[in-house]
Amino acid sequence: MDKLLVSPSPHIHSRTSTSSLMLDVVIALMPVTIVSVLFYGWPEILVLCVSIVSCVALEYLITRFMLKKKPAVSDFSAVVTGILLALNLPSTTPWWVVFIGAVIAIGVVKMTFGGLGQNLFNPAIAGRVFLLLSFPTYMTNWASTGGFIKATDAVSGSTLLGILKEEGINAVAGTDYLNMLFLNTGGSAGELSAIAVIIGFIYLLARKVIKPYITLSILVTVFVFAGIFWLVNPTEYADPLFHLLTGGILLGSVFMATDYVTSPMSNLGGIIFGIGIGVITMVIRLFGAYPEGVSFAILIMNMTVPLINRFCHQKKYGRA
Amino acid sequence: MKNTFSIGGVHPNDSKISADCAIEVLPAPKTVYISMAQHLGGPAKAIVAPGDKVKTGQVIGEPTAFISAYVHSSVSGTVKSVGLRKDLAGIPVIHVEIDVEGDEWMEGIDTSDRLVTEIPQDKSFIIDRIKNNGVVGLGGATFPTNVKLCPPPDKKAEVLILNGAECEPYLTSDYRIMLEKSEQIVIGAALMKKVLGVERTVIGIEENKPKAIEAMKKAVSSLKAVSGDYSGIEVMTLKKKYPQGGEKQLIDAVMHRQVRSMGLPIDVGAVVQNVATSLAVYDAVQKNRPIVDNTVTVTGDCFSRQSNLLVRVGTPVSYIIDYLGGVPEKAVKVVSGGPMMGKAIANLDAATLKGTSSVLFLTEEQTKRKPQSNCIRCGKCADACPMGLEPFLLNKLAKNGMMDELEANAVQDCIECGCCLYSCPANIPLLDVIRLAKGDVIRIIRSRTAPKK
Repeated sequence: MDKLLVSPSPHIHSRTSTSSLMLDVVIALMPVTIVSVLFYGWPEILVLCVSIVSCVALEYLITRFMLKKKPAVSDFSAVVTGILLALNLPSTTPWWVVFIGAVIAIGVVKMTFGGLGQNLFNPAIAGRVFLLLSFPTYMTNWASTGGFIKATDAVSGSTLLGILKEEGINAVAGTDYLNMLFLNTGGSAGELSAIAVIIGFIYLLARKVIKPYITLSILVTVFVFAGIFWLVNPTEYADPLFHLLTGGILLGSVFMATDYVTSPMSNLGGIIFGIGIGVITMVIRLFGAYPEGVSFAILIMNMTVPLINRFCHQKKYGRA
Repeated sequence: MKNTFSIGGVHPNDSKISADCAIEVLPAPKTVYISMAQHLGGPAKAIVAPGDKVKTGQVIGEPTAFISAYVHSSVSGTVKSVGLRKDLAGIPVIHVEIDVEGDEWMEGIDTSDRLVTEIPQDKSFIIDRIKNNGVVGLGGATFPTNVKLCPPPDKKAEVLILNGAECEPYLTSDYRIMLEKSEQIVIGAALMKKVLGVERTVIGIEENKPKAIEAMKKAVSSLKAVSGDYSGIEVMTLKKKYPQGGEKQLIDAVMHRQVRSMGLPIDVGAVVQNVATSLAVYDAVQKNRPIVDNTVTVTGDCFSRQSNLLVRVGTPVSYIIDYLGGVPEKAVKVVSGGPMMGKAIANLDAATLKGTSSVLFLTEEQTKRKPQSNCIRCGKCADACPMGLEPFLLNKLAKNGMMDELEANAVQDCIECGCCLYSCPANIPLLDVIRLAKGDVIRIIRSRTAPKK
């Protein structure tokens, strides 16, 4: 040893890194991804591949040639965005629509704000909402065209929430919740199998990647909100369990609303953020034009994050 | 539920690899270099000159201020020089250089192993012995112990807390003295309890040291049988969580009270002393023995001769390392203290101080900082901060020079424990930036509260 290294304390590090956290999210997404691939087959694999490759490539190219910085794609954050975007799209989505979604998610929503950590909106959700508004027909056809496993019932192209919106509560009566928990008849990846999402949630909690506040406050809010309407008039409104198990509420509350960059930093802020998402989701579902509102709710609440961060702080020592 | 502090904290691997190494006496070197700046506050003034003969335990430095301390010769021999020499950080301070000749102790020092359990009833006698024997806090800050034991008359101590948490990874010197000198530590606690006039004394030890907890409990119960002076002393098991041994965190864990911002522990009725300080108090009062040596852990994953050594104050670090076979090949950094709050040693020829608790070797893989990337706003720094601060926010405010906002967001409360930087996945040097901002803000607060000329 010729020279001593001298630097300020601390001299050791937890070895948690951005890439290790993002890799944990990718791992947590595996059960949902596997279920949706089993259910939708090769078309789903294509959507996933196009989405992931487009997101990673766009991030690399934009950082390298437009921002002229050293690309940081090894942090897996673009992979997470790619998987989440794909899981939010029907397997029937044409590849070029998926690509446009990736351009919006990474190119517009993430990189124009300065890349990782700087964006105001969740990239995957912003990409999905852009596609939903621009290509509504592609975005609502949830028919399975080549799954590796057959679901119990006949496969329809509409989601349960869509049927509820169009045809009323009687059309979804007799839905088997146990079925929804394990392998649902159709819909987006998140509603195929609630268990797959919950496994991912437990993994994220166990690895201390996320804290439970945001997710649980969304779910509790949705449950209470739907419960009140259901108790008042069960012949018109679906029950709270139906609302928890359908649509993107589980996937959104576990993987999208908890995105570090676009959610509040403090626990209290997270709870307020979650309640906001829950309320907006239910208002859209019950009174809005769209059958599903999780994406819109998350985007709207994303905008409030700087304000929430300003007013909600951690509890400080000795300043009660 | 185990006792612990209520906010934040991290769980580094404790790596107590030197825990089973009994304390070994390091032979005195040929020459010692005793710094006059051994303690917090004013440096001592050297009162010896080249050519003077000194004995072990003889005063060679006198306090120069209210917050200052006596310094004693740790060896017997001849003063060779008094002058500037580089300390561990490479900064020149006054040292007394002494050539070691034999080991002749000052008269009046009891060097026997006889345990003195009788507690003197005269408080001023105890305080004088502590002061005259140069006892300073050995938990890190080296604040003069006699000052800490004499709170201002309007403040009343309620609980004496003995810090045996040793929450820093690798360090085992406190652990070893708790095993090997349990009774002396408890007697030291009883002496300080007497001075403070408190009923309750809590010895806090982290749960990862079950043998120390057992040994201290045994010592407490056996001494309680000796005299009533030992009543009210208890051992408390604390959760293993860094920084459990931080003064403010320990008060929170033991008393469930929090010291207000910029306040002192005595404001909530607490006095916190390290177990090593308690041992030094025992030596000073019961044996009239000044601090001339202390236990130093020499350790590291890349180091084969794990040791806990009893080292004379003023021994060059290089002498200790050479005694144990030299700097390990893979080490790139040598730290004095623990890996979370210790200081990197810039000068291996520098001499140990009273408060030197360890020499820790770290490899490049363990200590080299990774390049920083964008903040992903995960909030891990805020979750880790034991003071409930938001390091990500302080970092941004500091970079923009926003002093008022820094103060409003309590940068001055930072205890520099390192939890934020330790947990940051983006490797942002949070504490480096916050430490500088904290200094600036404290200067602004002081200039505002200072009396106008």
